[in-house]
Amino acid sequence: MSSLFSKDFWTRNETLVAGVIVLFCIIATLSDPQFLSVTTLSDLLRASIVIGILAVGAMLVLVSGGIDVSFTAIAVFAMYSASVLALAIWPDMPWPLIFAISICVGAALGAINGVFIAVFGLPTLIVTLGTLSMFRGFLLTFIGSQRISALPPEMRDFSRGVIARGTTEAGSFYSFPWALVALIAVILLTWFILHKTMLGRSIYAIGGSLESARRLGINVKGTQFFVYVYVGALAGLAGIIHGSVGRMADPFSLVGLELSVIAAVVLGGARLIGGYGTLTGTLLGVALIVIVQNSLIVVGIPTTWQSVTIGLLILIGTGVPAYRAKRAAARAG
Amino acid sequence: MSDVSPDAFIDLAGITKRYAGVTALDGVDFTVNHGEAVCLAGENGSGKSTLIKIISGVEQATEGTIRIGGDAQPVLNPRISAAAGVMVIFQDFSLFPNLTIYENIAFSTQLTGGKRLFERGKARKVAQEALDRVGVKIDLDARVEDLPVAHKQLVAICRALASKARLIIMDEPTTALTEKEVSALLGIIRRLKEDGVAVIFVSHKLAEVLEVSEKVVVLRNGKKVAEGPASEFDTKSLTRHMTGRDVAEARPSPVIADAQTLMSVRDLSKDGSFDNINFELMSGEVLGITGLLGSGRTSLAKALFGLIAPDQGTITVDGNPVPIGDPVAASHARIGYVPEDRLTEGLFLSQSIVRNVAIGRLDEHTSSAGFLNMGGLVAEAADWLKRLKVKAPDIEAPVQSLSGGNQQRVALARWLSRTPRVLILNGPSVGVDVGSKADIHDIIRELANEGIGIIVISDDLPELLATCHRILVMREGKITDELAGGVATEEKLAHSLAS
Repeated sequence: MSSLFSKDFWTRNETLVAGVIVLFCIIATLSDPQFLSVTTLSDLLRASIVIGILAVGAMLVLVSGGIDVSFTAIAVFAMYSASVLALAIWPDMPWPLIFAISICVGAALGAINGVFIAVFGLPTLIVTLGTLSMFRGFLLTFIGSQRISALPPEMRDFSRGVIARGTTEAGSFYSFPWALVALIAVILLTWFILHKTMLGRSIYAIGGSLESARRLGINVKGTQFFVYVYVGALAGLAGIIHGSVGRMADPFSLVGLELSVIAAVVLGGARLIGGYGTLTGTLLGVALIVIVQNSLIVVGIPTTWQSVTIGLLILIGTGVPAYRAKRAAARAG
Repeated sequence: MSDVSPDAFIDLAGITKRYAGVTALDGVDFTVNHGEAVCLAGENGSGKSTLIKIISGVEQATEGTIRIGGDAQPVLNPRISAAAGVMVIFQDFSLFPNLTIYENIAFSTQLTGGKRLFERGKARKVAQEALDRVGVKIDLDARVEDLPVAHKQLVAICRALASKARLIIMDEPTTALTEKEVSALLGIIRRLKEDGVAVIFVSHKLAEVLEVSEKVVVLRNGKKVAEGPASEFDTKSLTRHMTGRDVAEARPSPVIADAQTLMSVRDLSKDGSFDNINFELMSGEVLGITGLLGSGRTSLAKALFGLIAPDQGTITVDGNPVPIGDPVAASHARIGYVPEDRLTEGLFLSQSIVRNVAIGRLDEHTSSAGFLNMGGLVAEAADWLKRLKVKAPDIEAPVQSLSGGNQQRVALARWLSRTPRVLILNGPSVGVDVGSKADIHDIIRELANEGIGIIVISDDLPELLATCHRILVMREGKITDELAGGVATEEKLAHSLAS
């Protein structure tokens, strides 16, 4: 663990992103004193749940040295087909069962990625670009292309459940939904896998050097396969939460979000070459993206500038450390 | 095999390996005793890599018997071999740059332990014990990517020790090390030998490891051509056994007395890299620049070709100033640069040999309409490859299929096809076998005779002595000494470097 005073701490992406978040909050509070409130916090947290779960999965793939762009298609496929199935066979199906179906469908689709990548050794970007298109097309052609707003009642009940709700002194309403627990559970489980199991350490090792991992006798194929199945399962979970909370199964939603998610992960310090990425960084990256998407208006920047701002943040947030590393390397030579 | 001594850790008898009609190894006997260091020498293609692969279980011998610790091993695979304590340290060390030192050292022990959970405390303990065994203090929590090469190698050695190595095979252990680091490594090898760990060095640069070795085995064309106590070998006899011929390293022919100044460098400085560099290069002269790692020699080499922008100073070629910090301008002034790390900086590895040469001549073979004349381009490239004796089955084959020496020739051919006035060679024979090395030195001398000014940047002292008319010594970014090539000796040069 790096201490607060080490040089390492100040040059890390995490520190940089956290700094930008704090800076943004200060500016936002100056222009609107209402910004710093429980209401804003609950809004931002609610907006972070789906993107957060997806980002944890995307981070895992980046750490293993791959890239996955198909997870949004998996999420929407799993969500929609689980909803359709529940409505067709047992409209009163309890929500844990619907969630389990969605997670299993996600894992199965992830396994398809896993087969192409781990077994046949194909490039991850190409495989997932292909499956992104395939999963989405399959969903719209064979399962349905209608928005369903009459979801199973249990899904609605899930979205109504809150940990805490109330009204602030200023009179604005806030609530923390149970779905937050899912994000926290995903974080804890992923943290445990990454740091406490040989499987997790193998994911880092493979991302660091695939060849070395093979020579050392790490089960490279098995580990890669696990990564894509796990990411698929997380996508299934994120998808069904998205559908429940939004109270609509929309087969056109989510796809298109994948680049924002990967941007959040990269902002948090994960590198596209593999081997690097932390949960803290990923969550900070998610927080920054969510703040930009939801609260930019508070500091007087029109929402149309959202994507420009996100782009700038990526360029600066990942460019500065990369440029510094390059300078350091030049000096060492 | 009744005559196997009880000291033998591994004993190979009559090993033959055939690949689809090609005999890579032909009836080789090879024994390594406990705590013994053996030099396995041979040029590329001599079969030494195949022998190592058989010992480590990656390849199966076609004929012959293998005994490890006295037990016959009819089927050897990587797992059995590793379990018996045979550990290979590859040239690239096979480390994980993104992980900490302790995790790198302990990863395989945790893996073979069959545990599902990662035991951080135990991993740190294992790593600390291994580091204590080699007697080195490094921060356990540092990331491997932040370490200098010499420390990465130590981490690789420690990993082998942590996995209970009885025999460590080191592939080209000294290539990336400075002389000081080599002597530190030799100290560690001595400690390991006292512990009963055997070592096999597989190397091109043998002189350095001879002093800690008991035995030398030389392979040539798949056969064992020499074996004996290390004390009976020296660089010269080793080279003769490896190549089957005497590779006489001639001293450079003297520069013509009235040679013209070709390149002149004035007050070249770059903060933190080099300071106030002045020198002149005559036409037909080979100028050596040497210094330890971090002395600024590589930065200077790059700055001469514009790859690093100096803070101040001037470079002139034939009296005309060359804009500094601009490789395109340097290339127009007909300065050529062959980088040290040809794999990452110099060649397009997956592209064909002929393309790699021709890339330097694209503008010359472009018609006014902007189309390429491929025929002329390919013919010219092929001609250069022939002149430099590049051994390739097919000029359309990718460069990565060539041996190190031939790759270096391709890099040279690319620059020579542009008829350079000044050629900067950074580490011209790094990772190249002895025979090719002598050939490259011949090429350098020949080119100088044609009037090209050549700057050789290297820390390989015999190489500098064999090729250079003058040698500049750098320390902490400054030129601290100048030696005339004809009279300098290796001792003198080494002394000047280190003092």
